[in-house]
Amino acid sequence: MSELVIKNLQVSIDDNEILKGVNLTVKQGEIHALMGPNGTGKSTLAYTLMGHPHYKVTAGEVWFKEENILEMKPDERARKGIFLAFQYPVAIPGVTVANFLRTAMNARRKAQNPEDKGIPLPEFRKLLKEKMDILQMDHVFAGRYLNDGFSGGEKKRAEILQMATLEPEIAILDETDSGLDIDALRIVAEGVNTLTGPDMGVLIITHYQRLLNYIKPDFVHVMYNGLIVESGGPELALKLEDQGYDWIREKYDSVPVG
Amino acid sequence: MPGKPKVVVSKTRRTRVIERDFAFTNSDVPIAKNKSLASYRAQAWEAFKRLPIPKTTEEPWRRTDLRKLPVESFVLPAEGAYKDLAPVPKDLLKPLIADQHGGQIVFMPGGVKVELEDSISKQGVIFTDLETAQEKHPDLLSRILGEVVKPEEGKFAALAGALAHNGLLLYVPKGVQIEQPLHSVYWGPGAFAHISHILVLVDEGASITYVHESASPTEPDSSTMHVGIVEIKVEAGANLKFVELQSWGKHVWNFSHERARLGRDANLDWIFGAIGSRLTKNFSELDLAGQGSNGRMSGFYFTDGNQHLDHDTQQNHFAPNTTSDLLFKGALKGKSRSVWQGMIYVAPGAQKTDGYQANRNLILDEQARADSIPGLEILADDVRCTHGATIGNLEEEPLFYLKSRGIPQEEAERLVVEGFFDPIMQRIPFEGVRARFQSAILEKMLK
Ligand SMILES: Nc1ncnc2c1ncn2[C@@H]1O[C@H](COP(=O)(O)OP(=O)(O)O)[C@@H](O)[C@H]1O
Ligand SMILES: [Mg+2]
Repeated sequence: MSELVIKNLQVSIDDNEILKGVNLTVKQGEIHALMGPNGTGKSTLAYTLMGHPHYKVTAGEVWFKEENILEMKPDERARKGIFLAFQYPVAIPGVTVANFLRTAMNARRKAQNPEDKGIPLPEFRKLLKEKMDILQMDHVFAGRYLNDGFSGGEKKRAEILQMATLEPEIAILDETDSGLDIDALRIVAEGVNTLTGPDMGVLIITHYQRLLNYIKPDFVHVMYNGLIVESGGPELALKLEDQGYDWIREKYDSVPVG
Repeated sequence: MPGKPKVVVSKTRRTRVIERDFAFTNSDVPIAKNKSLASYRAQAWEAFKRLPIPKTTEEPWRRTDLRKLPVESFVLPAEGAYKDLAPVPKDLLKPLIADQHGGQIVFMPGGVKVELEDSISKQGVIFTDLETAQEKHPDLLSRILGEVVKPEEGKFAALAGALAHNGLLLYVPKGVQIEQPLHSVYWGPGAFAHISHILVLVDEGASITYVHESASPTEPDSSTMHVGIVEIKVEAGANLKFVELQSWGKHVWNFSHERARLGRDANLDWIFGAIGSRLTKNFSELDLAGQGSNGRMSGFYFTDGNQHLDHDTQQNHFAPNTTSDLLFKGALKGKSRSVWQGMIYVAPGAQKTDGYQANRNLILDEQARADSIPGLEILADDVRCTHGATIGNLEEEPLFYLKSRGIPQEEAERLVVEGFFDPIMQRIPFEGVRARFQSAILEKMLK
């Protein structure tokens, strides 16, 4: 059973301290929701876990399968089993979804076995079609350039398709619900539900509670001002839906700065 | 660093700049039995002697400096010189398009080998070396020789016109449609001046695919150059697909003047691939002379090290209802440099023309540099002309995205570069040519 253990994580961007000591443990098989107002550092946490070069870790550790992943390159972290569904996926013009996914799968296989010749094309095609079907995606999608000219909803679906294909052990979904209409939201959520299970730990980052109507979290955390200030069960998400974030602000803003 | 100009101060208190020139003499001009070829060469030789080596003060040469060109040291290969040199690599002789070619001409220093399928020659197609053409097909020769590219156009055009020892004539008679592609190869090992003259005449309503490749191993000697002329006529209603690939050794100085003239409703699909040479200056022009003619030019280049590639393109709309579509894409590594200078010209009265040109560059190393200079000169009023030029770098965000999926840095870079070139690949109707470009990308990325 692997687990992602975040210990006292402090992160700065351009000398601004964004994360001020985050502690969180996500185990395989668990679903965690991370909520909080905009600008409190949720995406910063996600990017930092993935190793984006702009985010500077000033203190803390992140342990996963006996290694502090903060010392690893982004591609090594990914091959170790961590996946981030981006809030804003970037376009890769000229590279098709299929070509990209095949390259990503082969990179994993090759890391495990340098002799590996790559996944045979027919096997890959079959796999990709199965995964696209789970997300009710048209198969022509495989031939489109990755995120290039995709609608907001298509981008989010493409992220989940990647998760489905790469089968990570820990998946971080950053605002996968934003920009989706209710039908798309349902399809994506069902897709996530199909893919999760005892082998996958999930950290769902969301601003609203609506995604949590479809994906039932085991734990809910609230981030505010670079810290996880509240943790609880699903009832915490419902409280936030009823009362918004004002009570969080009141409770934690009262602490004078400095 | 460009070399200092050679200024010789003489003792007689006079300062004068010595004009450097090649060491070729009149006796280097190949003797022609055919009268028109003989007078063409004499005229070209006269122009060659008259014209100076281009300087950076001349607009087309502003970005390509020839001061390091070792002009005095170039010599022509003697008859049979190839026998002591590296043989043609087998890969180069393989058909690039289709399973089989209909004919092949292999040029080597001081030698040539010609093959043409009977089934094709029976249809009246001529695909032969210049020497044979002047003896057997003087009338055809005079329809194209010097008709499309004039030796007076420049020092190197004149040089090639006068001294071309390796040349070919491709002729496709009226209405003849050839499926099997024809293939010619210029294999240029050795420290020589390799000089070529290619003549392509596709007669009315005919159609053909023709591939020409130039290549050589990289050698330490820098006294190797290639100078070439390519003259193409695609007559009324005819179709030509022309693929040109150059992978000259990294020491080779490469110059060429190329022009295709299209008749009424003629079509040309012209594909360029350039990965070799130390320095290239290439003039490629599309003359849309007949109404309704249509030309597409697609260029792929990838430079590294100290390579310098300069492509000067011109799309001339001389007649109404003509279309041209040019896309050149290049990636640059190391300290290499590319220049693309393009011009769309629309003549007075050439109404309802549609011209497009775009040049896109991807800089992969800090010290590489691309210059991209589009231009329009439009003298008709009912036309549509658009152009675009971009120079970009490998961006961090796409690379991070790819790496976040487990793809290592180098492979992520390769994927982005391949994606960059994809629009060019999409324009190339030949799997073998695409595969060649693909392996060029791989090879250059690994260095
Ligand atoms: N690339 C960046 N450069 C500068 N500031 C940033 C950058 N990314 C995020 N920030 C800042 O960090 C803080 C947290 O942002 P973010 O992690 O995106 O919040 P959330 O995802 O919770 O909305 C915000 O104040 C934001 O302005
Ligand atoms: Mg965010």
